[in-house]
Amino acid sequence: MNLQSTAADETFRKEVATWMQKHLVGKYTSLKYRGGPGDEEADPAMRKEWERELAAGQWTCVGWPADAGGRGLSIEQQVIFHEEYARAGGPGRMGHIGEGLLGPALIKFGSEAQKKEFLPGIVAGTTFWAQGYSEPGAGSDLANVQTKCWQEADGSWRVSGQKIWTSLAHESEWIFVLARCEPGSKGNKGLAFLLMPLNQPGIEIRGIRQLGGGCEFNEVFFDSATAQANHIVGAPGDGWKVAMGLLEAERGVSTLGQQMHFTHELDLVIAAARATGKDKNPQVRQRIANAWCGLRVMRYNALRMLSGDSTTLQREAIIGKYYWSNWHRDLGKLAVDVLGPLADVPSDDPAIRPLQQLFFFSRADTIYAGTNEIQLNLIAERGLGMPREPRPAA
Amino acid sequence: MIRDAAENFLADVSDSAAVRKAMASERGYDESVWQRIASELGWCGIAVPEEHGGLGLGAVEIALVQEQIGRRLLCAPFFSTVCLAANILKEVGSNAAQKQYLSSLAEGGLRATLPLPSDVAGWSAAAANVVATRESGHWRIQGVVDRVPDAANAELLLIFANTSEGLGLFAVPADSNGMQILTAEPWDTTRRFSRVIMDLMLPADARVDEPIRSAGFARSLALARLYVAAEQLGAAQQCLDLTVAYTATRKQFGRVVGSFQAVKHRCAEMMVKIEALRSAVYGAAAQAAGDASIDVLATECMMARALAGDALFYCAGEAIQLHGGVGFTWEYDPQLYFKRAQASSHWLGDSDALREQIAETLFSSAVHA
Repeated sequence: MNLQSTAADETFRKEVATWMQKHLVGKYTSLKYRGGPGDEEADPAMRKEWERELAAGQWTCVGWPADAGGRGLSIEQQVIFHEEYARAGGPGRMGHIGEGLLGPALIKFGSEAQKKEFLPGIVAGTTFWAQGYSEPGAGSDLANVQTKCWQEADGSWRVSGQKIWTSLAHESEWIFVLARCEPGSKGNKGLAFLLMPLNQPGIEIRGIRQLGGGCEFNEVFFDSATAQANHIVGAPGDGWKVAMGLLEAERGVSTLGQQMHFTHELDLVIAAARATGKDKNPQVRQRIANAWCGLRVMRYNALRMLSGDSTTLQREAIIGKYYWSNWHRDLGKLAVDVLGPLADVPSDDPAIRPLQQLFFFSRADTIYAGTNEIQLNLIAERGLGMPREPRPAA
Repeated sequence: MIRDAAENFLADVSDSAAVRKAMASERGYDESVWQRIASELGWCGIAVPEEHGGLGLGAVEIALVQEQIGRRLLCAPFFSTVCLAANILKEVGSNAAQKQYLSSLAEGGLRATLPLPSDVAGWSAAAANVVATRESGHWRIQGVVDRVPDAANAELLLIFANTSEGLGLFAVPADSNGMQILTAEPWDTTRRFSRVIMDLMLPADARVDEPIRSAGFARSLALARLYVAAEQLGAAQQCLDLTVAYTATRKQFGRVVGSFQAVKHRCAEMMVKIEALRSAVYGAAAQAAGDASIDVLATECMMARALAGDALFYCAGEAIQLHGGVGFTWEYDPQLYFKRAQASSHWLGDSDALREQIAETLFSSAVHA
């Protein structure tokens, strides 16, 4: 594990930090530390403006190759960018679905025309995307997609069905959808990957109110909604391949940035403990020390992952999601225990509000992107080679 | 490379039968294995500077070897000689003391040890009941120290004592007049501890620490914690490996028990704790090899040690449970790891005490890394 960085990396780090310091000011000041998971409804209009501010500085899509409009940064420099962005309190990225998920899929599987049509809007921070995978009957069993699609005589596609847990669909212009194009097919066979404008007569978006009161997720209903003939990515039947390739795209480069935000949250908990006098409580001290140990573990785990040989199974990578989500959920409980009765009333106090959000939203952390239970199956089967769960034949 | 060599060698010389044989022997280890470690493999000199006949490597490499040693519960004076004695001499020893002892430690010709207190304060706690006074050009050492590992086999004891100028470290030959070494047989017979009672006279050059290197006491304590943690990591890994292997063969209800989700998830939880610990140990070792300040290194190594104690006990307990009835027997190995887990849980401070130290650091500083 290498803890030293090169002089060039340090220069780059300074460049990012300086840019953030110069630009996350004025009207954007109120966005600092806002808009993360559980807080995605914070001032979307201003955060979209911030996306364009980033784009003007060429700080969107930093990991994309230059010919796709990106900055072509190395893995090391992408890590530094995410770290410094989070350290400066950079707001949750409105464009992250387009930049982190759809863009890489188009770069890998899209036609030249699709790249030309869609990549520039993502890079410029002008087109926002939503992800249409999960369905009421396709959660952990993601391949159990029931939404269907068919092709009309003019070559265009029609889609009918329902998607759910669609983050920020109500703030997005486009959605990419996994739908069944071969009637009677099962599991991951017979799916198509379609690009669809959200603003059309066949699509209805309804917010889902979460336990913390917010509405960043939606249900999206499709009733013979239309996708253009040239807006299918890959061939009909290749949808699963495209979707999975896109889940692999991330490679953990934003992990250290996420941890920078976690550090900020732990700092808030420590400050709250000082303020409430709980810093004298031996059990609270144990839990805070434990939380700090977990942060160090996550940092070293990420450094192990980044310095590892990516062709072999990475044991540190396979535990990553389970570890951080449970750590974060525990931090949420610790935060409100430290606050005591102060946590019981919705607050606008910047020392309290984020901790309340943390407490409620971290309950989702161990559910989305693979529940705890699915993660443990993966760890046992892929990490330890234990027998697979019985699966019905597709 | 050194990791693979250690893994292969120890699988060969320190399997379950060999460990049990060593445990039952009077000395507690196999001298021929120790000789091979010292002369063939050169492990004793890993972190000893080349000028003193060592390999000039450092904490990263010792941690890797310790991990494999813990995995196989190797019975040998390696931990006391290398992780404790050579470690502290390198960090605080005067030039003369380094010259006198490091090369024989590096070649494994000298078995040495020092106390391993359970108090989180570390070395100073080991000096609590030992006083060193100057008497007519000699040092007089009086007092009692508990918990000296491998003392019954060591030729040299490094003893912490309070002097009029503070903590001092003294080289005491095991055959000195006025020294009694009392060894009780513990539950974990893979590592034996002694109580040492002293009232003896030593020559003036018996004080081996160099006062201007006194910061080395804290650094050697941090490294010792790291090496304990690495050993606990390896032991935890073996608990998981034994369990996965056993549950892959044991059948009930017509299927291997390892195919039940209730069992798989518990093994997966073990893996999560072990890989988290591995990241912590490797990270702390990388800090030790880099340019971390002593304050940072001390906290990182406390973190690794606290996590390691908890992870090992958890995994040893799970290994017994998931082996079912045979896990409770003398014949199967989980019991060996369970005993080591509890015995080592308080070496250089238990996890609660270490976390309290970390909390103190967090609350006393405005910022943290």
